[in-house]
Amino acid sequence: MSKTIQKEEDRTVLTGEYFTTGNLAAAEGALAAGCKFFGGYPITPSSEIAEHMSYRLPQVGGHFLQFEDEIASIVSILGASWGGWKSMTATSGPGYSLMLENIGLGIMTETPCVIINVQRGGPSTGLPTLVGQQDIQQTRWGSHGDYEVIALAPNSVQECFDLVIVAFNYAEKYRLPVTLLMDETLGHMSEKLIIPKKDDIKIINRKKPKDDPSSHLPYKADEDLVPPMATAGEGYRVITTGLTHDERGYPVLDAETQEKLLRRLINKIKKNKDDIILLEEYKLKDAELIIISFGISARASKGAIELARKKGIKVGLLRLITIWPFADEHIEKLAEKVDNILVVEINSGQVTREVQRAVKGKANVHGVLKHGGTIHTPEEILSEIERRVK
Amino acid sequence: MPRVEIRFAGFGGQGIGLLGRLMGEAIALYMEEKNAIMTQSYGPESRGGASSSDVVIDEGEIAYPKATHYDYLVVMSEEAYHKYIPNLKEGGTLFVEENLVILDDHAKKAGKILKIPATKIAEEIGSSLYANIAMLGFFCANTDIVSEDALKKVIREKVKARFVKNNLIAFEKGKNYKG
Repeated sequence: MSKTIQKEEDRTVLTGEYFTTGNLAAAEGALAAGCKFFGGYPITPSSEIAEHMSYRLPQVGGHFLQFEDEIASIVSILGASWGGWKSMTATSGPGYSLMLENIGLGIMTETPCVIINVQRGGPSTGLPTLVGQQDIQQTRWGSHGDYEVIALAPNSVQECFDLVIVAFNYAEKYRLPVTLLMDETLGHMSEKLIIPKKDDIKIINRKKPKDDPSSHLPYKADEDLVPPMATAGEGYRVITTGLTHDERGYPVLDAETQEKLLRRLINKIKKNKDDIILLEEYKLKDAELIIISFGISARASKGAIELARKKGIKVGLLRLITIWPFADEHIEKLAEKVDNILVVEINSGQVTREVQRAVKGKANVHGVLKHGGTIHTPEEILSEIERRVK
Repeated sequence: MPRVEIRFAGFGGQGIGLLGRLMGEAIALYMEEKNAIMTQSYGPESRGGASSSDVVIDEGEIAYPKATHYDYLVVMSEEAYHKYIPNLKEGGTLFVEENLVILDDHAKKAGKILKIPATKIAEEIGSSLYANIAMLGFFCANTDIVSEDALKKVIREKVKARFVKNNLIAFEKGKNYKG
């Protein structure tokens, strides 16, 4: 038995250099993070993640299940997480829509798990095989009720690997479903991926309770506002409900309990923003105009910055690696330095409106927007830059 | 070396995606100090009809992942030639499957036109399936972008074992072809 486990362990982190796609890198990142369960329903352009997990999970002692739809898929990964496994699903916009109700259940029951959304053009079935970045606000507000979420947006094949690991770490640390917002271009393009040695990968696992099981309160949080999480079979009571509940996990349907619970669920993210928000600053020091972008659009933006700087126009980029929670304070500070901020995204202004809110009138914010099907060309962005610096 | 953009194009079934993948992988993993990104047509348009794959190469970080103004255009069908010749840079290099493409005046923008009967060469080895690799050998011999060793290494690693031998023959024949 121990021999088998040892052999399985060896396949979790396939240290080496590869030329591969964002989708496969994300799948390998999940395995490296310790993911042992994938429940999913394949959908373009994310299908390769499910395909790869179906092949790889059995090699590492994990389990892959294909379900009848995305509703069952999301519920399965919540259940798997309560069973003690790190769990994940992957989908695209239409599937994410179906998952939303139970992402809310994951937030209410504080269930660590990861959802990858490889975005395509929408609404509805839209553009199955072509790029979009239209699910940004859906990720923030799509489930009913009031809550905070964490969403990350990689912009390279390497980051698909790296940020899935970060997503799992955040999910485990803060106990909630974390979304990785990829897109079709990133999912299908190939570039170099370096998978580090297992010992060099930082892994965070959920806190376990240490108190007496007979008096254990499953939703009593520590100072960081996150309760330790026992999983079924460890001797502690395991109880989950989508209803408003007290520290025992029992439904208590009154205003006082609601106030206390939601305040904690929201604050455990809000008060840890500094730990959660990841940003890349590129040539911002001397910038007279700032681009804010994310994901694949940030790479098109960098291409435009190269072109602009060749023409003597000083442009810099703030790349949002963490989309949610939003980097309000950071963006407000940047807005003090420039007159104009461009937001480059493949939707009708979902991040643009957040930037407009965050700058508090300190700079003019202009969206450089398109509606999906293709990514911006650097030239398209350059013409907007030139329009704004004149 | 500044940024280089290559587009491979033909019809579905010619192994256009594989061409891009082999080229990208050879450069990204085995050429010192060079990075590469490969993207390819995906979806209904790549099933049966026109097919294309792009490789973008640069020494530093590659910001923009797609090819828009090709330094090299490799066409293995007439349709691909007409569709993509407008995006070949003035003075760029055009590689042509000479029995499948009839050039017109638009080809005059190319600084260099290199023609090879890749499909015929492949058929002599036993199957037209090797035409893409004959083209790859021809491309390798006529550019300074990627080494022969790197390409042969990825052919051995990425092509199904039973096809490796004939693909390497196709590569050699393409490489040694003098128009």
